Amino acid sequence: MHKVYHTIDNLAGSVITLRAEGVKYRELAEVTSRAGTSLAQVIKLDGGAVTLQVFAGARGVATDGRVRFLGHPMRVHFSDALLGRAFTGSAVPRDKGPVLADHLIDIGTPSVNPAKRIMPRNMVRTNIPMIDVFNSLVESQKLPVFARAGEPYNALLARIALQAEVDIIILGGMGLKYDDYLYFRDTLEESGALSRTVMIVHTASDPIVECMLVPDIALASAEQFALQGKKVLVLLTDMTSFADAMKEIAITMEQIPSNRGYPGDLYSQLASRYEKAVDFEGAGSITILAVTTMPGDDVTHPVPDNTGYITEGQFYLRNGRIEPFGSLSRLKQHVNKDTREDHRTIMDAMIKLYASFKETQEKQSMGFRMTEWDGKLLKYGVRFEREMMDLSVNIPLEKALDLGWQILADCFNPDEAGIPTKLISKFWPKK
Amino acid sequence: MNGNMITVAFDGAVAQNEVGYACLEQDGTTQRLMSEIVRIRGRLADMQVFEDTRDLQIGDTVIFSGHLLSAELGPGLLKQIYDGLQNPLPQLAAQCGFFLQRGTYLNALDRQTAWAFTPAARPGDRLTAGETLGTVPEGIFKHRIMVPFTLRGVYTVKRVAPAADYTVEQEIAVLTDADGVDHSVTMLQRWPVKLPVTCFAERLKPVDTMTTRVRPVDTFFPVALGGTYCIPGPFGAGKTVLQQITSRYADVDIVVLAACGERAGEVVETLREFPELHDPRTGKSLMDRTIIICNTSSMPVAAREASVYTAVTLASYYRQMGLNVLLLADSTSRWAQALRELSGRLEEIPGEEAFPAYLESLIANFYERAGRVRLKDGTTGSVTIGGTVSPAGGNFDEPVTQATLKVVGAFHGLSRARSDARRFPAIDPLESWSKYRSVIEKERVEALRAILRQGSEVAQMMKVVGEEGTSINDFVTYLKGELLDAVYLQQNAFNEVDAATPADRQREMFAVVERAMLADYPFADKGVSRKFFQAVTQAFIDWNQTAADAPDFASRRETIERTIEEASRHA
Ligand SMILES: Nc1ncnc2c1ncn2[C@@H]1O[C@H](COP(=O)(O)OP(=O)(O)O)[C@@H](O)[C@H]1O
Ligand SMILES: [Mg+2]
Repeated sequence: MHKVYHTIDNLAGSVITLRAEGVKYRELAEVTSRAGTSLAQVIKLDGGAVTLQVFAGARGVATDGRVRFLGHPMRVHFSDALLGRAFTGSAVPRDKGPVLADHLIDIGTPSVNPAKRIMPRNMVRTNIPMIDVFNSLVESQKLPVFARAGEPYNALLARIALQAEVDIIILGGMGLKYDDYLYFRDTLEESGALSRTVMIVHTASDPIVECMLVPDIALASAEQFALQGKKVLVLLTDMTSFADAMKEIAITMEQIPSNRGYPGDLYSQLASRYEKAVDFEGAGSITILAVTTMPGDDVTHPVPDNTGYITEGQFYLRNGRIEPFGSLSRLKQHVNKDTREDHRTIMDAMIKLYASFKETQEKQSMGFRMTEWDGKLLKYGVRFEREMMDLSVNIPLEKALDLGWQILADCFNPDEAGIPTKLISKFWPKK
Repeated sequence: MNGNMITVAFDGAVAQNEVGYACLEQDGTTQRLMSEIVRIRGRLADMQVFEDTRDLQIGDTVIFSGHLLSAELGPGLLKQIYDGLQNPLPQLAAQCGFFLQRGTYLNALDRQTAWAFTPAARPGDRLTAGETLGTVPEGIFKHRIMVPFTLRGVYTVKRVAPAADYTVEQEIAVLTDADGVDHSVTMLQRWPVKLPVTCFAERLKPVDTMTTRVRPVDTFFPVALGGTYCIPGPFGAGKTVLQQITSRYADVDIVVLAACGERAGEVVETLREFPELHDPRTGKSLMDRTIIICNTSSMPVAAREASVYTAVTLASYYRQMGLNVLLLADSTSRWAQALRELSGRLEEIPGEEAFPAYLESLIANFYERAGRVRLKDGTTGSVTIGGTVSPAGGNFDEPVTQATLKVVGAFHGLSRARSDARRFPAIDPLESWSKYRSVIEKERVEALRAILRQGSEVAQMMKVVGEEGTSINDFVTYLKGELLDAVYLQQNAFNEVDAATPADRQREMFAVVERAMLADYPFADKGVSRKFFQAVTQAFIDWNQTAADAPDFASRRETIERTIEEASRHA
């Protein structure tokens, strides 16, 4: 069968080098040593020298460790048996369920032919007005949640997952706190959604290489479900941990960093994962929501910055609310024309007025004189924040639009809201 | 091997940029993975593989093709959707389904289609590369079949095929060179993409404005036919939308879109919408004048580097037919990043932000491939290049933006502040510049820009001293600047009428907004002046959204003029 090698020449970080023959690029190997057995992947071939990345890290691997090449790249099990289960970044069960070793699929599959893609067309309802009304989420969209560490982004993901009418939920956890993993599991269980969920979770204490594998395993499974006709929602949290894992490994490999230590291919690496979001004509779809924590609350940090160039908009989560400014769903115009005729108008008018409110608030804080108009804006702003922006608000789109009209009518005269006359006469609430 | 970089021992002679195929044996079949030589050291060639290199082994065979990375040129390029290596994506989809399959390459030009050839050259004619042998109709264009660009020296026409239908591989002429050797010529020729096409008579200065129907561009920061320009901006600032609008309305014959390393979804929008949209000039489907080169972010990175060269080669080919071609590349930063990845794998000494030290000269060479030229038959053609730049953190002080600014003729800088305020297109009216000729006289444009600048200074000051502390004169200047911004510089891409303003309408609009801005107003208090400018703005926006052939077009204009007239009369 496969030859076993006994001599490891070099060890650094999670990388080992040995001499071996007939090895294929990206092939998997099993590395056994005092520290136990771990999978490893070929990342470099140089003449007879083979460089392997050890998933569990090279710590504890000795130069007399045993290496057995498996003859194939990384594969994971795929079937409905995944549902309700939790795995590590090496695809080893995290729960007490059985090991699934058959029906293997490759991870890191090729990209979808752009000519086969179709225009996005279905809105994903979340019952969160800041999303449904102002930045609608669309099936097949890839959208990050930009937040400072400590914001309730995982709660937001869980809530959207439960509300969205999807067939399958796949959670990819990277650097997740163990408590957060339990939070997801319990929340999904209580609502009965666990049976349509697969969890691929790397926790903060697991080996760093496994962190890098999580998106690929999650998305490869998502792709299979989607090809079977399922609507899949993939939740990734936290993509900054994923990028940091790449950074750490690139540095141990002595690659030249491009920006704040991150490797030069950070953009391509992130893009190849996010671009898995797709709507297969005649089959299912993949929608991706990905938490990206912003170190130092700085959106120009390389991870959120590169992400913004890749994804179809972003949600900014700040002080527990989705910010109306900066947040953007680039696909909303594909769906918000077909919801209700007043949708776009309410969206535009309320945001414009909220922007004016912000200006007034600033003027007020500078001690400038307040006019009657300023007074109206101040009243409006408070209600907008409390009744629309607060994440505890949980109402369907239509109710949210009605509420929007009510708030406008309570604060302004019809001709002050900047709304076309035709819609005023139809929707403006009568006193 | 390391990533997509392989080192190959060879015998015989190979050339830099020569194409080779790494042979991957698997389950009894051989897949050939296209690669390109990027460095030669002794008997070792470093090659970048344009595909996923999974499963390759030390000892696998590499076959060298003997030719450089080349594009196929001939009738049938229009309407196509290619990847960076000129594989037709729809045909790939028909063969491989949803996913791209490595090692599958298809002909760029269909070998079965027959084209109605009309000879133009006669036996005995003495011709050089790029001169016309005959023509075939390709959509609305007369597609010139030319002496292959790779032929050097003077050739005597021995035979030209009679008028009839031919496929691209059939012989349509025989040319005899100076040594008496015959060369068979077909409609299909190949050109190495990394070399510029230079078989024209001379390069001319770009002078004529290429109208885009985007007001801030044509009026304030114009682009010339044969010129170059760049659009840097942070994500979400509107680079792609601006290029999409330009690709629809630009006054050119042919548009080549290079979707280079950005979102696939955005190409899909073009792909699905263009066949349904009409070219404002010809009334035909927009797709008829468009070629899409699509190497989006998740497609192989090495092919992304090739894609901009493939695009500019196709653009240059149509320029040889006396046509005006516009190449839009979104985004040149992704191309630069592909170079950076390549350079990193070659372990070259890095420059700033790990970009290769030669980045600047590569960018300069790329934009140099634009230009207006006089062809050998006296007609002119042009390639105009517009590239977006995606600077890290939206900060223009980075290598790609800086290298690009050195070589382009116009700069459309998009600002985060403007896009956050939903002031689209977010072209910064104070920072941007152009060396080309506007659709409106320069002095008039500059006069309004001066008011805009003063207005913005007043706005800054007002943040500190408040409205109360601002004089009425300053306040009016500020409002004038806001007016210009709201009614002229901002243009709603999603409003059918407002999205595109033809040059004559720009002149008409400009005259009206100019009058509003140059007039003196005897306003006594700020409230009245704000109300007045609000009214003018509203009336203007209504006018902007009124089609030029609508019955109330003239009356709306008069309303605005009367309002201005009345307010300034009391002065
Ligand atoms: N001219 C415009 N008119 C209206 N909205 C625009 C315009 N340009 C951009 N936008 C808005 O900004 C969003 C982002 O624009 P896009 O061109 O994709 O940005 P970039 O390519 O710079 O990242 C669009 O989805 C759209 O909502
Ligand atoms: Mg873009």
